[in-house]
This record gives sequence, C-alpha cells and structure tokens, in this order.
Amino acid sequence: MNMLEIKNLHVAVGGKEILKGLTLSIGAGEVHAVMGPNGSGKSTLAYLLAGRAGYEITQGSVTYCGEDLNTLAPEERAAKGLFLAMQYPVEIPGVTTLTFLKTALNAQHRARGEKEFDAMSVLKLVRKKAEALKVSEDMLKRALNVGFSGGEKKRLEILQMALFEPKLAVLDETDSGLDIDALKLVAEGVNALRSPSRAMLVITHYQRLLNYIVPDRIHVLAHGKIVAEGGKELAHELEAKGYEHIAGKAA
Amino acid sequence: MSKPMSSAARDTKKQVAELGEKYKYGFVTDIEMERAPKGLSEETVRYISAKKDEPDWMLQWRLGAFARWQQMREPTWARVHYQKIDYQNAYYYAAPKNIPKKQSLDEVDPKLLETYSKLGIPLHEQMVLAGVAVDAVFDSVSVATTFKAKLNEAGVIFCPISEAIRDYPELVKKYLGTVVPVTDNFFATLNSAVFSDGTFVYVPKGVRCPMELSTYFRINASETGQFERTLIIADEGSYVSYLEGCTAPKRDENQLHAAVVELVALEGAEIKYSTVQNWYPGDENGLGGIYNFVTKRGDCRGDRSKISWTQVETGSAITWKYPSCILRGDDTVGEFFSIAIANNFQQADTGTKMIHLGKNTRSRIISKGISAGQANNTYRGLVSVHPKATNARNYTQCDSLLIGSKCGAHTVPYIEARNPSARIEHEATTSKIADDQLFYCLQRGIGQEEAVALIVNGFCKEVLQQLPMEFAVEAQKLVGISLEGSVG
Repeated sequence: MNMLEIKNLHVAVGGKEILKGLTLSIGAGEVHAVMGPNGSGKSTLAYLLAGRAGYEITQGSVTYCGEDLNTLAPEERAAKGLFLAMQYPVEIPGVTTLTFLKTALNAQHRARGEKEFDAMSVLKLVRKKAEALKVSEDMLKRALNVGFSGGEKKRLEILQMALFEPKLAVLDETDSGLDIDALKLVAEGVNALRSPSRAMLVITHYQRLLNYIVPDRIHVLAHGKIVAEGGKELAHELEAKGYEHIAGKAA
Repeated sequence: MSKPMSSAARDTKKQVAELGEKYKYGFVTDIEMERAPKGLSEETVRYISAKKDEPDWMLQWRLGAFARWQQMREPTWARVHYQKIDYQNAYYYAAPKNIPKKQSLDEVDPKLLETYSKLGIPLHEQMVLAGVAVDAVFDSVSVATTFKAKLNEAGVIFCPISEAIRDYPELVKKYLGTVVPVTDNFFATLNSAVFSDGTFVYVPKGVRCPMELSTYFRINASETGQFERTLIIADEGSYVSYLEGCTAPKRDENQLHAAVVELVALEGAEIKYSTVQNWYPGDENGLGGIYNFVTKRGDCRGDRSKISWTQVETGSAITWKYPSCILRGDDTVGEFFSIAIANNFQQADTGTKMIHLGKNTRSRIISKGISAGQANNTYRGLVSVHPKATNARNYTQCDSLLIGSKCGAHTVPYIEARNPSARIEHEATTSKIADDQLFYCLQRGIGQEEAVALIVNGFCKEVLQQLPMEFAVEAQKLVGISLEGSVG
C-alpha cells in the first residue's frame, strides 16, 4: 500500500479550480519532488494535504495510510504524522519557540495517547536535534519566528520535522529565500531524516534544491496537472529546456 | 522565581490545570446565611454597623456616606449597557450564621473548606504554597485568617477591615477615605455606606512584607451585593505585594459588586497589587453575570514611592474599573498592567488614571484588551499632568485583539498636559488572530482552542510576566478557559 495516494484530484479555492485532475502516489521510504512554474498549483497541493480551510476537493480523492484524508481535521493529520514545512513560516509574538515546540509536541502525543513531556525533557530533546541545524539556544528563547531571518525560519521548520518525526513530510518551497550555505544546511537536515518508514514530498520551483535532496522520482506540475514524470535526471532536463518545453510537449 | 515546588504547590497547580473547561465555579455552597432586611435605608446601614460591633464614629461615617449617596446619580458615561439596577430589591448584608471568630482552620465549617477545594485552591495548601497568607473572605465575613503569627513578627497587620476598625481605630481613621473620598462617585459612596468587610494591611516603616498577601473573594448568597473595602498602607520605605483573586458561583440574577480599594504609599514605599478577576460572566446568551463596579486608587503620597497595579479581568457581565495612581510625591512611579478579556455578551470598560502632581513623576500603562463573541471591550484611560509636575513622563501602550467579526474594541485615551515639560507617549494597535497563525498551529497538531489560548497568552505576555508566579499559572489557564468556543 502506498503511503499517499492522490487520484484525479480537483481542488477549488474561492470557487476557482486550481488542481485539475492530479494523480500521484508515494510509498514509504521514497522521496518525490513536485516541480512546476509559478501558479501551477504547487502550494495548493501542499495546503490541501495539510487541510487548510478554504481548499475544497471538488472531485477525486486523497488517501493517507489507508484513510480518506478529507475526513481528518488539520490537527488530526498532524497527530497522524503528516507534516508540512511551510514556505512562509508564521510569526507568533510573545510565544517563545520552545513553548511552541513543547505545546505542539505534547498535543500530538496526547492525540496519539502517548506520554507527554515536561519542559525539561523537551528542552533536552530539542537541544539534541537543534545542534545539527545550528538552531541556537537564543532562537529557542525568542518569540516564534519573530525577527528570524529567512534561513533561521527554514531551519526551524526542519527542526520541527526532526522533532515530530512525521511519516509523511511535505516541504513547500523550502529552498526559497535561502543562500547556498543555508540551502546546504537545510538539505543536510532533510537528508538526515530520510528513512525507510518515512515518505517525503519536496515541492520546488528550481532544480537547485534537488542537487542536495536527490529525489527518487520527479513529477512536473503545470496548469493543475502532472504533465511529466521521471527519475532525478528529469530535473536537469527541466533546467536546460524550461517548463514551457515540457508542459508544451505534454499538451 | 524557580525555587523547588512544595508538594502542596504541585497539587494546587495540578488542580488549576484541571480547571481546563468552561466556568468551573458555578456551584453554590449550602451554608446558612444571616441577612439584613431587603432594600437600602438608614436602617440597613445601622443594621450592618451594629452587626459588626462598630464604634460610633464608623457608624456616623457610613450614615454620612448614605445621606450623600441618596443625592447622587448612577454614572452613565461608560460604554456599557445593562438593565437599571433596583437598589431596593437587593440584600446588603449576608453572613454565614453561627460562626464565632476562629482561631484555626479546624474550627472552620467543613463545607466552607470544601468550597475552597472545589475552587481548586484548597486553603490548607494555600497556606503552604509559596509562603502565601490567605485571608479568606466568604461573602462578607472573614472566617479564616492565616499566617498571622509570622506577619505579627514582622509587625505587619493583615486582617479583616472590621477587625481593624475595632483594634486599630487610629490607623483606620487616619487613612480610610483619604484616597477615595466618601463623595468620590456613586458606587464608591454606596460602598462607603454599606461595605460589609474587606481587608486591612499595614506595613510598618522599613519592613519588607515577608510573604505575598492574598485574599480570595467569593460571592455566594443569592441576590446579595458584595461591598468589599480594602485599605493598604505601606509606611516609609516598606514593600508589600498583595494578590486578589475572585471567583463566584453561577447564578441567573445579576449581582452587584461595588468594591473600593485604597492604597497609600508613604515615602520610599512600594505597593504591588495584583488581581485575577473571574466573576461569573453570564452564560453564552448573555443571561446573568456579575455587575462589577469597582473603585481602586493608589496614592503615592510620599516622595520616591511606587504603586503598581496588575489586573487580569476575565469575568463579570459588566466591568467598570479604573485602578488609578495619584503621583503626589516627587519622583514617584505609577504602573498599570492590564489584560481584559470579554467573550460572548460581556462588556468591559476599564483602564486607569495617572494623575501627575509631583516633580519627576513617571507612569507606565500597558493594556491588552481581547474581545470575542459579541463582546465589547473599551480601554478608557486618563493621563493628567498638573502645572507643578515638572518633567512628568508617561508611556501608554494599548493593544486590542479581536477574535471573530461581531465583537468590538474601543480605545478612549484622555490626555491633559498642563506643564510644558511633560512627555507623554501613546501607542495603540488593533489586530485580529490571523488565519495563517491559526493554521500554522493546527498543522503542528495544536487544536483550535489551545491555539487561541497560546496566541492570546503570547499577546498578553508583557502583562502576565508582571504577576507573581503562582498567579501567573492560574491566569494563563483562565485566559484559555474564558475564550473557549470563541473560534470556529
């Protein structure tokens, strides 16, 4: 059974159809990339999977670990191991990063009927994971994402992924706004989390990220549909010839 | 701050944590009550005074207030709407029957102790908890005063005001009504006529009060107005921190609460006054709830004195409350930190007055207003700099947070500067909990209600930080509880 099965998915936002018959499946242990130009529906796919309000399935289905994803609330999806690293991580003034991490971690554990952590064990756990991602103690004490640089925000997203140990991680344009050093650091963090029991969906506009996070399979999204699929070499072809060429060939 | 917690503290915190749903304080303890006849007249005033065994000067003071009150009109300038109060259709005195003065907790009616335990803050544990002495006010008569011995040692007087009137008449005469005059306003004058009991604190010269002083108030008898009177005097160079927490049982009738609090800080003294107010706010349809008309004022009477108010206002159907500072001495400091939450049909009109009279006086106002449901939340504040107040400074920050689209937030600052050297800053913001903030929390597994509580607690952080730690924990929980059902 595939971990994620998307069949003929049509999604509307504000009455406008954005995804128009997308089909895609990912098995445990696999890393897939979805590439596409601006406006192709990449972020819509990410938000739909995470269950954001206002993204409506008009046709087709999404099955996650055998369950109809559409019946689950966003926080239930999170507790069941679905993680979305966001393109624009949100600021929450007055809430320290550590408090946020503890609240989220314990909410997930509680939902799964697992033991909750006290503040001290969360701190220990976070410190252990934070080191590799160069997330400083200072960042943990500051309000969540408030005044963080683009690189800091993305590192914190990956830190959360490491902390929550999701089954399915969706990375939405994690490379946007990163310089090459930050990109490498983030990619290393992601690669460290590759595992036979975990699936990843890496959404990106550029091939650059895929030099560091090498996918098992690439899907090209254009105008709300997958227009091309292939192995990692497809990224280079795209880089050389452009989206128009591939999308045009498919049409 | 981070001292090891006693087991009592842990238990209390656990119990506070278990308060995690709705208004938990909607119960009524069945204790026999002794009441004044219904209605308000000179007879009522005499009855109350006689019940308290008061000296004649106190009775005369009350009668003077009552005569004055009869000529006064209820104020209408606040942004609150409520049915006209029938002052003749209420009781002005209710006391648990057959309770002679208690020497220890063992003598207290077990049912009363049970009430405290239902509140999640058992008195036995409160005594141990972080060295807090508790003067328990149950409706009108104080029935248990704890930790008296230790305070006595330091020379601190912490007792029911009725006791102070008998035992320390000179102190009471010297200070009562000197911060909030008998004629001050309709509700304060009413309180002066009929106040039932309250707290008296005197901290002698140079003494740092060895523990936080705390009083838990309860309204219990049906249709009984609660008229507390509090007087705190910090003599030269002394320090005291006072905590006031309120919960009330669930009732359908509206209950009037008109307290008066007076603080006097003499030269170099500091008073920190913290309140967590959680009176019954009425139900989701706006039925019932406490009418809370409170006059709180502090007088920085001596040079270099400081008064700091911190309040977390989550309850009451109507809140009308402006804890203020008169910065009379030179180099005095006044502070006001406030969180006011209004949900469902609650109405809050609250803020402060900073009256700068002395030279080099400074004041700071941090107000966080949260509105949800169909509630209305108004910040009303006055900063007044008098002609002789050279180099007065004020900083005011008023932030409003809206949850949903049917609530309202209003900011009404009054600024009067009559000295050209005054520096007054006012900042105000209004924001909504953003959809993307909520979604971010949900995606990380945090449910809607917990997410709102988290975001709102973040919004209030500057004020919550001002609270003593034991209180801060309870206050954070309350913030969450009072906003339940406000989203989605």
